[in-house]
Amino acid sequence: MSLIGAKVLRKEDPNLITGQGQYVDDLAPAGCAFMAMVRSTEPHARIVAVDTSAARSMDGVLAVWTSADIAGLPARPSSLPGMDMPLIAGDAARFVGDIVAVVVATDRYTAADAAEAVIVDYEPLPAVASLAQALAADAPMIHPVLQGNTVFFQDYTEDLSAEFAAAPRTASLSLVNNRCAPVPIEPNVVLADWGPAGLTVWAAFQAPHHLRNTIAAFFGISQDTTRVIAPDVGGGFGAKINFASEIFLAAALSRALSRPVKYTQTRSECMVAMFHGRAQEHKVDVAFDDSGKILALKVQVTQDQGAYPDATGMGLPVLTTAMSAGCYKIPKVAVSWRNVVTNTTPVAAYRGAGRPEASYMIERVIDLVADETGVDPIEVRKTNFIPADGFPYQTHSPLAVYDSGNFAGALDELLRHVDYPALKAEQAARLADPNAKLLGIGFSSWLEIAGFGPPGSLEAFGHLASWESAQVRVQPDGSAIIYTGASPHGQGTVTTFAQIAADQLGIDFERISVRHGDTAVIPQGIGTMGSRAVAVGGEGVKTASTRVFERAKKIAAHLLEATEDDIVVENEEFHVRGTPSKSVPWSQVAWKSFQPLELPAGMEPGSLDATVFQQVPNFSFPSGAYCCVVEIDRETGEVEIRNMYLVDDCGTVINPMLVEGQVHGGVAQGIAQALYEHMQYDESGVPRTATLMDYLVPAAPDLPGYVSGRTVTLNPSNTLGAKGVGESGSVGAPPAVINAVVDALSHLGVKHIDMPATPQKIWSILRGSK
Amino acid sequence: MSTIETHTTRVTVTVNGREVSEEVEPRTLLVHFLREQARLTGTHVGCDTSNCGACTVLIDDEAAKSCTVLAVQANGHKVTTVEGVGNGSGGFSPVQEGFRQEHGLQCGYCTPGMIMACTALLAENPRPNEHQIREALEGNLCRCTGYETIVRAVQWAATNGGAGEWA
Ligand code: FES
Ligand code: FES
Repeated sequence: MSLIGAKVLRKEDPNLITGQGQYVDDLAPAGCAFMAMVRSTEPHARIVAVDTSAARSMDGVLAVWTSADIAGLPARPSSLPGMDMPLIAGDAARFVGDIVAVVVATDRYTAADAAEAVIVDYEPLPAVASLAQALAADAPMIHPVLQGNTVFFQDYTEDLSAEFAAAPRTASLSLVNNRCAPVPIEPNVVLADWGPAGLTVWAAFQAPHHLRNTIAAFFGISQDTTRVIAPDVGGGFGAKINFASEIFLAAALSRALSRPVKYTQTRSECMVAMFHGRAQEHKVDVAFDDSGKILALKVQVTQDQGAYPDATGMGLPVLTTAMSAGCYKIPKVAVSWRNVVTNTTPVAAYRGAGRPEASYMIERVIDLVADETGVDPIEVRKTNFIPADGFPYQTHSPLAVYDSGNFAGALDELLRHVDYPALKAEQAARLADPNAKLLGIGFSSWLEIAGFGPPGSLEAFGHLASWESAQVRVQPDGSAIIYTGASPHGQGTVTTFAQIAADQLGIDFERISVRHGDTAVIPQGIGTMGSRAVAVGGEGVKTASTRVFERAKKIAAHLLEATEDDIVVENEEFHVRGTPSKSVPWSQVAWKSFQPLELPAGMEPGSLDATVFQQVPNFSFPSGAYCCVVEIDRETGEVEIRNMYLVDDCGTVINPMLVEGQVHGGVAQGIAQALYEHMQYDESGVPRTATLMDYLVPAAPDLPGYVSGRTVTLNPSNTLGAKGVGESGSVGAPPAVINAVVDALSHLGVKHIDMPATPQKIWSILRGSK
Repeated sequence: MSTIETHTTRVTVTVNGREVSEEVEPRTLLVHFLREQARLTGTHVGCDTSNCGACTVLIDDEAAKSCTVLAVQANGHKVTTVEGVGNGSGGFSPVQEGFRQEHGLQCGYCTPGMIMACTALLAENPRPNEHQIREALEGNLCRCTGYETIVRAVQWAATNGGAGEWA
């Protein structure tokens, strides 16, 4: 029986539910010292002096470093030339959270005390706290190398003035995609141990080989003596592929002090130091006809990069503009984007990275067109969908060739769960009753680009390559170990990859282990991000398993004196098709695969071991249709999600339980962005939401239950047919929620409301209408 | 070199039925006492504002956030951590098993705190409804699951043995 599609319990769980997981902060090697940071409290300031004398004289303090102490080291990797993020700020601090000094002490309390004792003399400089401030004429400048604060500008890819002039109708929309903090419950943590034999770094990270190669280059040391281990990692959401300065500082200090150095970010540090996500503003123009048919679309994206542009972060608007047409066949699309610096925390990948911004924009546009034409939003979607037989579909962007999908099919499946006419009737009845809560119904037909990716795609973000590695090694007893370059942090990869391998190898799921996250053990890998683990890494496990199985069949045929083509495997027994009595167990085949005297002529011992660097020809394009039903309290403006219906199409499902988990988690983050979360700065650039007291990460009472459905269109780029699902929910949920909120308020003439739709915002709309 | 006087005090806590007695600085948080003195690293730290609940343990069988309690305050008391609720020989408590059966965890970082909060909930209310479960977990953040599977995990445990037993 195939395990693909089976609800299998996770191999990861026994450790994690008993407290036996091993996260970086759980490690305590002998002599371990603790690092703490002195961070800028100023958004933008000249650093006049850093007085470390009091800190240095404290008992237990081993080192206090300022920028002068790292003079020989490069800037943080993944910086842009001339706009480098120094590991420790030298002449100027450019955001609240910028590292100004580093302290190492024998225990974490002393390190924190010593960091407090460092006195920094700042001379405040004018700061830019928002895109508007950064783009104003005569705006203060952050990096002298720039003229102003724009790092890169791409003008509209096409002039659509003729299309807009000829169109029966046009409309415009300005959107803010609110800045979010990723908030994995485990913050950034690193432990570096630089000994005579080399450097070992344990890091809460999503791409350990990528980090290993970067650390080696950074220090000019050899990769063979540089080892990175990502043990259990407490969530990443994209934020743990960023090269946090702390990682390099811990290594440098370990080298200087000849002892292990550990750093655990406090949550309040994490809120300002771990790179943020989203932070885009959109200006959108759409041309359409009376039937709701969209004729042309113009999108301009302004990306806030924070104080130091990150190479990955620079790519966010590229993905947003590539995916701007969503599920729709729009004859003409022109996109433009710019990357702008501000005195805020740098912005880079956060679950979805550029695609939630696109789906939010285009799904708001669809509802705007519906509102303008009076055509139902469902109809507008159906009128504009790329038809199910329209794939592969070349979009306006050379990056995005949609592989497969059935957008109308997903929406129809959604409408099987949602009683739309009844909801519309209830909405009208509530509207007529001044004491009733308002009801809003919102849809999103979303699509994202995932499964990164074809050759060249991740290279563009500084990675070595875009394949993923997989090694399958059968042990002499017939059990198997899978080594994967993917590096999970909650996804359940150990389980899904064992399911894939079990199917191909005919070895019991219980006798397959999956190892990851250690560069000394795993073949060069890429990592887990961009919803790629199953679509690329899982496919690699399948390919390697198939190769091993073919060789095992050869050995079995030799032992059974039969022809290879007649050999089948069942219950870990190889036998001749139709003759179950003539059989040899997997364990025997495995054992003998190591014994030259037992092998067929020409076969080498140890051949049940295959390594694959799995390539894929294209990205994948998971899609789906969501519906959100909200109730809004007319007195308080509070939004409650009454129902959330989710239809996902991620192609082949390996484990439905895990897919559901990924969807729920993504949707929760999407709802959080739509209703609760917003990393805010005051006019001067001081963050106003820098602790979990001020930044609302939703808890269980703040989120609804979910009703799930599914459609399946296979991914043509791999034999599994799987598309990836890690980011889907965060892409699909925000527009569904905001479309519902706007729908509930549309009788007041509301055409748009920016995320997060807080009670305060809605209350003032309701009050204004009275 | 100036010397800062760091005096220590002896703290004795019965952790998971075993007495742990250590000299610590008076300001040592219970969570650090558990992780660094008792070397039980199942209890995690996720924040510095007592919002996340990753550090939840039982003190005298009541749920408490061990980042808000000084080790000295726990002196002479009984503390139960995630390591102490299973049967010790690889068997899981009903709540632990519920998390496994219902996929109530992904990265697992919030999980020990969640398990302890859910254990305390079921000890007090063996048949909570969904609303009560969600309200009881208000102080425990999970960034991975979206909570629905955690609700199911508690419901699973409620019908399969409840809070369970511990030392
Ligand atoms: S660590 Fe105790 S509540 Fe967050
Ligand atoms: S499982 Fe990751 S935070 Fe809850």
